[in-house]
Amino acid sequence: MRLDAKTPAGPLAEKWDRHRFELKLVNPANKRKFEIIVVGTGLAGGSASASLAELGYNVKTFCIQDSPRRAHSIAAQGGINASKNYQNDGDSDWRLFYDTVKGGDFRAREANVYRLAQLSGNIIDQCAAQGVPFAREYGGQLANRSFGGAQVSRTFYARGQTGQQLLLGAYSALSRQIAAGKVTMYPRREMLDVVVVDGQARGIVVRNLVTGEIEKYAADTVVLATGGYANVFFLSTNAMASNVTAAYRAYKKGACFANPCFTQIHPTCIPVHGTYQSKLTLMSESLRNDGRVWVPKKPGDKRSPSQIPDPERDYYLENKYPSFGNLVPRDVASRNAKEQCDIGKGVGETGLAVYLDFADAIKRDGREVIAKKYGNLFQMYEKITADNPYETPMMIYPAVHYTMGGLWVDYNLMSTIDGLFVLGEANFSDHGANRLGASALMQGLADGYFIIPYTIGGYLAGNSMKKITTEHPAFNESLAQIDSQVKRLLSIKGKRTVDDFHRQLGNIMWEYCGMSRNDSGLEKARGLIRELRGEFWENVRVPGSGSDFNQSLERAGRVADFLEFGELMIIDALARRESCGGHFNEGFQTEDNEAMRDDENFCHVSAWEYTGFENEPLLNREPLVFENVKLTQRSYK
Amino acid sequence: MTKTLNLTLKVWRQKGQNSKGRLETYNAKNISSDMSFLEMIDVINEQLTLDGMEPIAFDHDCREGICGMCGTVVNGRPHGPEKGTTLCQLHMRHFSDGDTIVVEPWRSRAFKVIKDLVVDRSSLDKIIQAGGYISVNTGGAPDANAILIPQEIAEKAMDAAACIGCGACVAACPNASAMLFASAKISQLALLPQGKPEAAKRAMEMVRIMDGLGFGNCTNERECEAECPKEISIVNIARMNREFFKAAFLSDVK
Repeated sequence: MRLDAKTPAGPLAEKWDRHRFELKLVNPANKRKFEIIVVGTGLAGGSASASLAELGYNVKTFCIQDSPRRAHSIAAQGGINASKNYQNDGDSDWRLFYDTVKGGDFRAREANVYRLAQLSGNIIDQCAAQGVPFAREYGGQLANRSFGGAQVSRTFYARGQTGQQLLLGAYSALSRQIAAGKVTMYPRREMLDVVVVDGQARGIVVRNLVTGEIEKYAADTVVLATGGYANVFFLSTNAMASNVTAAYRAYKKGACFANPCFTQIHPTCIPVHGTYQSKLTLMSESLRNDGRVWVPKKPGDKRSPSQIPDPERDYYLENKYPSFGNLVPRDVASRNAKEQCDIGKGVGETGLAVYLDFADAIKRDGREVIAKKYGNLFQMYEKITADNPYETPMMIYPAVHYTMGGLWVDYNLMSTIDGLFVLGEANFSDHGANRLGASALMQGLADGYFIIPYTIGGYLAGNSMKKITTEHPAFNESLAQIDSQVKRLLSIKGKRTVDDFHRQLGNIMWEYCGMSRNDSGLEKARGLIRELRGEFWENVRVPGSGSDFNQSLERAGRVADFLEFGELMIIDALARRESCGGHFNEGFQTEDNEAMRDDENFCHVSAWEYTGFENEPLLNREPLVFENVKLTQRSYK
Repeated sequence: MTKTLNLTLKVWRQKGQNSKGRLETYNAKNISSDMSFLEMIDVINEQLTLDGMEPIAFDHDCREGICGMCGTVVNGRPHGPEKGTTLCQLHMRHFSDGDTIVVEPWRSRAFKVIKDLVVDRSSLDKIIQAGGYISVNTGGAPDANAILIPQEIAEKAMDAAACIGCGACVAACPNASAMLFASAKISQLALLPQGKPEAAKRAMEMVRIMDGLGFGNCTNERECEAECPKEISIVNIARMNREFFKAAFLSDVK
């Protein structure tokens, strides 16, 4: 398959403007003749649904939760970046673009990232107009903070609930369009297939999670905004329902999956404490602005933190990276925490944790100032651990948090299936091999508010679509296939639960395809996953029936896909003979144990093409061309 | 200190909206005090599955207290005994060995039971659809700093905006009133300059739709405020009432 990114010609800063001009327009009177399906109501799906409906399109929107207000974007705490330069500290579109490309270890497309930076300011304007209660200065202007490795203050926030407030903004815009009759909302639906007719995405098949019925919906084009796949690790900071199914089933229908091995491990999460644990909780990395990370200098030091005097503490990030200190990018901070624990300097009961200490910040700014910035995070921490971070340092450890990989899309956000657009975390486009803090919200909203409304018009205006209904054989074929999978899952009646399989898969992925990887571990994991997948289809136990509300059945379908997808991640990790960003292969590192890229051979996107169950997928490469930035070895020293 | 608990659970089981439900008794053995309440139900469900029975259906998603998906009545209190806490953030260390815990779904005419502890809260979405937004299309918004908002106003708006839409206020209220929920949104938008142009219409419409959905009225019991996991204040209800009366008597909105 030839991958055409459709990157517009011309100087970087003019590409998007020029492209918008060149895109064909749909006549306003004709927009109401088109039907668009949007799957997912996070920041990307919610904002896209609302914006497309405002333009006059008829939108059908689907979500897995009981309400479109609950998608996992809601859990983002820290903030959203924009190159407003309100602080007069030297920010610009160019700087945000450069930081994002560099932070992504030069594995993202220049043109996409520049567009993201250009749109970042519009997002803040839009959200403020919707009534998003951003933090303010005394003069009434918006407040900013520096965040996650940035040396300028460009992050906008609403206490520690920025994701929630932005999502509720998009949800309110969506609610307005539902009330206006332009969006029909289908909650508690899980997408199980995309229907392709004459090479174009023309509909979806979903399971109604309340009645169990398999339902078919047709449209002129389909937009997926179904989030990331971090739950392949079982334990992650993602919500319980986050899954890869929609994206994976699109992959099976011909959408290439790009860079699946690029996963982000977030450095500041609450450590794991028991085998019954169902998920991990992130503590916003804004905490690293004021918290100092340390471990005891002496391995195995079991004294309580208050008994360890300053000279016996190792503030390893500040020592190793004097210019960035505690604000190094997420992958660097995570790997260093692992390294400290691996040499026995980890703290807490399990030894798999490091301290994040606010004592100095409280001494400097006072408890009140710290409470204002992080109050709700401290409260959340105390609820979970029963420790008070005002009195004793937090304990943190890295956890899987975000996935940079996703369905391959071109500059228009269209996948390798015509008419199938992919937005937000579900696509691969803007973060390269590693995402910087406060840029996921930015990307989701840029895709939904400001990119898809234009590019979808270009697609619809440039294509003549036959009218089809859900009676088309392609729909019935898909429905029959899903029906038989549901029946098969229910009929196995084995001896192990779905979660039991999921947890084992997660352990394999974390052990061999997590923070640090090596060839022999990856090979081993591949065998283990194949074995586990075989056992799943022989020995899983799914109680209940297919014709009502059945959460075990929902999870079984998702785990079945994770069991195939996990192998694809490993194949991708093995094929990338370098380390970069979130992909760290121990065989490729510098003398300082930093990721060592191979720009000569691997400066490309790996887009995998499905070739059938248990077959080797086919690798397509999209070369990444850097005309505006010089590729450098990242250094945060 | 981590402890191990043995508990007796009485859980509401109901096959579907039109079936009759009843409390079933389960023994929860060797529960770690570090578990969350939902993780305790996970453990029971794993055992029920292996024993050939149907696990308990319950809504949950983010498990970090922000999505608003989870929530049941625990020993008569929505989201359980801890103040300002969602069920997913309630840890078993707040219970004692040997306790009996009664777990029921939200009860309200406007929330129909779907299965076991899962209820239909779509009526809350309908209240928002009635006007819980600012009518601004994508594009063309002025520079964000063109709208100056005093910090204390922004903070008050944020206090109200923190609502997660879980429905605990409705479950807590003897009248099953949704006023705390509706007033949180009405307050957030009425406080901000961006929300003022539509304030009258918003208050009238949201209250009208809320009343039509089968929610009861507010009689100042203050149970909603006591049980709200985000500690939304009933000051918002007072503000909503002011907005409503202002709209009814002083504006042209009908």
